[in-house]
Formats: sequence, structure tokens, C-alpha cells
Amino acid sequence: MPAGASRLRVRQEKDITQVEFVDRNILDEANIQQIGEEITGLIDTASNPRLLINFANVDHLSSAALGTLITINNKMKARKGQLRLANIDPQIYEVFKITKLDKLFSIHQSTEAALASFT
Amino acid sequence: MQPSSKPSPDSAVLLIPNDREDIERAEEMLLEGMGRHGYPDAARFAVRLALEESLVNAFRHGHKGLPADTPVKVEFAVMEDRVDLAVEDQGAGFKPEDVPDPTLDENIERPTGRGLLLMRAYMARVEYVGRGNRVEMTYKRPEKPADAV
Repeated sequence: MPAGASRLRVRQEKDITQVEFVDRNILDEANIQQIGEEITGLIDTASNPRLLINFANVDHLSSAALGTLITINNKMKARKGQLRLANIDPQIYEVFKITKLDKLFSIHQSTEAALASFT
Repeated sequence: MQPSSKPSPDSAVLLIPNDREDIERAEEMLLEGMGRHGYPDAARFAVRLALEESLVNAFRHGHKGLPADTPVKVEFAVMEDRVDLAVEDQGAGFKPEDVPDPTLDENIERPTGRGLLLMRAYMARVEYVGRGNRVEMTYKRPEKPADAV
């Protein structure tokens, strides 16, 4: 992937922003930082942003990626937004459970279930 | 690293700079060795995660203030019953007991401090030795159920 290319695929449907990752492995620190900056750019200008992050393509992630998700979650809360995570591989869901982040995030089995959960 | 009772060619001592390609090459060597020994995907996921987290800790925290090209030493040995893995940085070391529990309510929204928790969750043994700049880990192959053929 060329330097500077987006790490995300973004789709706007009505007032919900859907984000997918380009990379199957979210491990590289520089990429994780870029992902955080790109998502922050999507929500920074919105009031009450509604964001769905789709993990369908993701095989691996590190604790640094979890940290970026927590930072995004904190920013969403500050903006009174709604964040949903969906399609998390069972091995990665185990990482969320070990870290107890399954309690912090609103995690859904499918895109449809996540979309239906927005209020 | 503990001496192996069953030595195999699937061991290495590597000096790795903080470069993604070098890190992935080392991971591939380790994961291919595990593949040759028939470790399942879940085991390779666990060991890869532990290696990633220990390397992040080494480069981000251990080598803070050191020249960017300072390498980290990685040692691994893949055996039939276990995988030994050690990551040693050239920093001043740290005390793992100083890392706050990231699962406590007061820490759950802090974006850092989960690497060590994950290493301990997936590996049978995680031990900081020396001045705290070397972590030694062991992944044990889960035993087959008694009625398995």
C-alpha cells in the first residue's frame, strides 16, 4: 500500500458513518496512529456522531489498536455520539473479553444488528 | 531460555530493529516453525500476539530515549510440547508490578497498559528477568483430551 493511502473504507448511509479496515492485521504502530487520526477526522466535525466500525476483514490486532479504539470511544462520548463495533472474529473477541473491553464497547454480531441498535 | 529436551531446528536468536518488515519476517519464522510442529491456528494467534506485545513494550518503553536503530534481541525455540520465547531490550528495565490493572473500573477507559495483561492471558509463563529488560515466555501446547485418538 502506498504511503499516505487511507487505511479505511468509509461509507456514509443516512447519518451513520460505517468504517471498515483495509488491513487484515492492525499491528503496525504507524498504521494504528493513522487509523486513529482518520477516524477522529470523521467524527470531529459532527455533533452526536453515529459511527459503526466493522471488523469483518480483521485477523489480528494489538493492545495499541485497542488503545486507539478507547480514545475514539472517549471522543464519541464527549460528543454525545454513538459507537458500535460489529463482525469481530471470535479470536479477536476473546481479546476484548480478556481486557474486559467487551463491557465498555457496544459489540454486535452483524452489521444489521449494529445498525438496528442506533437510537 | 530453558534447555530443550527435544532439540529441533525451529529455534533462532535474532536482532530486530524497529522496522515492520523485520518484525514480520521474525514472526513468519516463528509461526512457520509452529506450523511444522502442528500447532493449531489458535496457538499461533496467541504466540504472535505475545511477540507483538512484547516488542511494542521493548521499542516503545524499553528503548525510550535510545537511538531509533537500537535493536531488540528475540529468541525462540519451538518444541513438540511448548514454545519458548524471549524478548530483550537494551533499556533500563521496568517493574511489571508498577503497571496498573487495566481491567479495573477506574482504568478501563485508559488507552494503555493492556499488553502485559494479554501476554499473561495467552502464555503459560511470563517472567521478567535481569533488571526487567528481558521477558521470557512459554506457550504450552494444550493436552489432548484423554479419550482423543
